[in-house]
Amino acid sequence: MASVTAVAPNTRRVPGFVRPYRYFLLRYRRTWRGTLTSSILYPLLYLLAMGVGLGHLVNSHLATHGGSARLGGVGYVQFIAPGLLVASAMQWGANESMYPVMGGLKWLKTYHALLATPVQVKDLVHGHLAWVATRVGGSSAVFLVVVAAFGYLVSPFAPLALFVAILTGLAFAAPVAAFTSTQDNDSALALMYRLGLVPLFLFSGTFFPIGQLPGWLQVAARLTPLYHGVALSRGLMLGHVSVVDELGHVGYLVGMMVIGLVWMRRSFTRRLVV
Amino acid sequence: MHPHQGNGALREGPAGGQSDVFDPDAVVTARALSKRFGDFTAVDAVSFSIRKGEVFGFLGPNGAGKTSTMRMVSCLSPVTEGTLRVLGLDPNHDGPAIRRRLGLVPQDDTLDLELTVRDNLYLYGRYFDIDKREVRARVENLLEFAQLLEKGDEAVDKLSGGMKRRLTIARALISNPELVILDEPTTGLDPQARHLLWDRLYRLKQQGVTLVITTHYMDEAEQLCDRLVVMDKGRIVAAGSPRELIAEFATREVAELRFGVDENEKMADRLQGVAGRVEVLPDRLLVYTDDGDAVLQQVHELGLHAEAEFVRRSSLEDVFLRLTGRSLAD
Ligand SMILES: Nc1ncnc2c1ncn2[C@@H]1O[C@H](COP(=O)(O)OP(=O)(O)OP(=O)(O)O)[C@@H](O)[C@H]1O
Ligand SMILES: [Mg+2]
Repeated sequence: MASVTAVAPNTRRVPGFVRPYRYFLLRYRRTWRGTLTSSILYPLLYLLAMGVGLGHLVNSHLATHGGSARLGGVGYVQFIAPGLLVASAMQWGANESMYPVMGGLKWLKTYHALLATPVQVKDLVHGHLAWVATRVGGSSAVFLVVVAAFGYLVSPFAPLALFVAILTGLAFAAPVAAFTSTQDNDSALALMYRLGLVPLFLFSGTFFPIGQLPGWLQVAARLTPLYHGVALSRGLMLGHVSVVDELGHVGYLVGMMVIGLVWMRRSFTRRLVV
Repeated sequence: MHPHQGNGALREGPAGGQSDVFDPDAVVTARALSKRFGDFTAVDAVSFSIRKGEVFGFLGPNGAGKTSTMRMVSCLSPVTEGTLRVLGLDPNHDGPAIRRRLGLVPQDDTLDLELTVRDNLYLYGRYFDIDKREVRARVENLLEFAQLLEKGDEAVDKLSGGMKRRLTIARALISNPELVILDEPTTGLDPQARHLLWDRLYRLKQQGVTLVITTHYMDEAEQLCDRLVVMDKGRIVAAGSPRELIAEFATREVAELRFGVDENEKMADRLQGVAGRVEVLPDRLLVYTDDGDAVLQQVHELGLHAEAEFVRRSSLEDVFLRLTGRSLAD
């Protein structure tokens, strides 16, 4: 007969976030093939098409007009690689926090299964973000290795860009997941993607220095989170590091992540604990 | 094995008894427990106490508040008002500790459809931090328990509804819980699977596991439950063992009479006063009496001819009908 005070044998306590993390990890191991194109291939295709294809034109134009300083004195591929890395990190972080979160909350209700066990909402939230960090970190590492293999990584600070990518991924994942948890269906998610993430992708300095934009758009671009991620990663990968600027960028992203985290804990609780 | 207490020891009023909150034998104690969603009161000051090793049932029509109560007991849903103790702990503070010792079969399946049957069980065990080797062994046992061994490596998506249900039930047992809460566990199961489950639940009970079950099948409740409560509109309207409830709320026998379409209502009026209490269902009349054959005799003497008629013993279904004014099909 089971005793009311007995401690279950064969168990080993782990930090709370590990339990949901196990779920995300196993789920990924079973379904990773379907995600390869978006996580690994797309950014590299962009790098190839834009960096090498378009880059040829850009480089020769800048060379004849003496404007290569506008790109920080490097070729176009090297210029966009740090931007692409961080813009992809944003997308990976956001993607993990849209349909998969909706699935856990509503479609498959797998979050409800988790919460019927010793797992708490905060564990679920932390586990989700830990998983996002893993996914973004893994994909970013592959991207960086490919870029390095082509000899485009020159700065000794370049490996730090991996952490910038992870931070950017988390800064987006947390508020996007929080937003998703306030939604009853996915229609607003598609809208957020088109009206939020795509413009950020295009106008945050990924493909061209924001100095190219009209003044008011420059101001707007500087206020966006992706701009700070791109600037940070570009500084590190090209070796133009200014501590004060970088601290500002990091502060912005960390702040966004923390606010997102607080929001996520609240909205997940509101949604799941009724 | 936990000695099963006879029904005689369970005489408690409709409120579920006076036993103390700290009754050492009580696995779950609720006092004036309420759940509100906004202005709506889903559970309205219910009190009950569930003893160690018993099978305790919650019956009631749709929307009665059974699931809302189960969710509070499972520490999934915060208590709005009243006191609740589960396994001697307070769900407000010790939710995770309680859930560690509790198995839940939710009314709606929460399986990951894209993962295999084995993966679903395995992961669930890992949520309880049971180590890998041990979980794997338990997974195989439970696959056998749920008769899903051949389906172990199939995606859950490919299972039939009843198989998914069996998987959900098996999953709830992976942590060897002391208290298992089953919210309509047999909905969607075929008769064979239901009987198999009854057998398995009975074995769990013999091991001293406390079972809390909601069901819409009265035969199931009669078979399984040592005690049960009937809920309606958020309140407990009756409590006791199945036999006590039948004795209290029904007569010994029921005469069932089926007149033509739309005739039943009219006939009911004519039978008032002639026979015992008459209940009108959409398709038939029920006459509660201690002597069914005598009722049929009287009906014939009135010159009424039913299309079909028979006498049976009262069951929990009659209790349910009496208390909630609704048949279970609602
Ligand atoms: N999250 C919620 N928000 C608002 N109302 C709710 C919520 N959950 C349940 N209710 C309401 O509370 C009442 C009781 O619901 P509950 O699910 O507890 O009933 P039930 O007895 O389990 O019914 P059923 O037999 O259909 O499963 C219903 O009127 C339902 O609409
Ligand atoms: Mg229910």
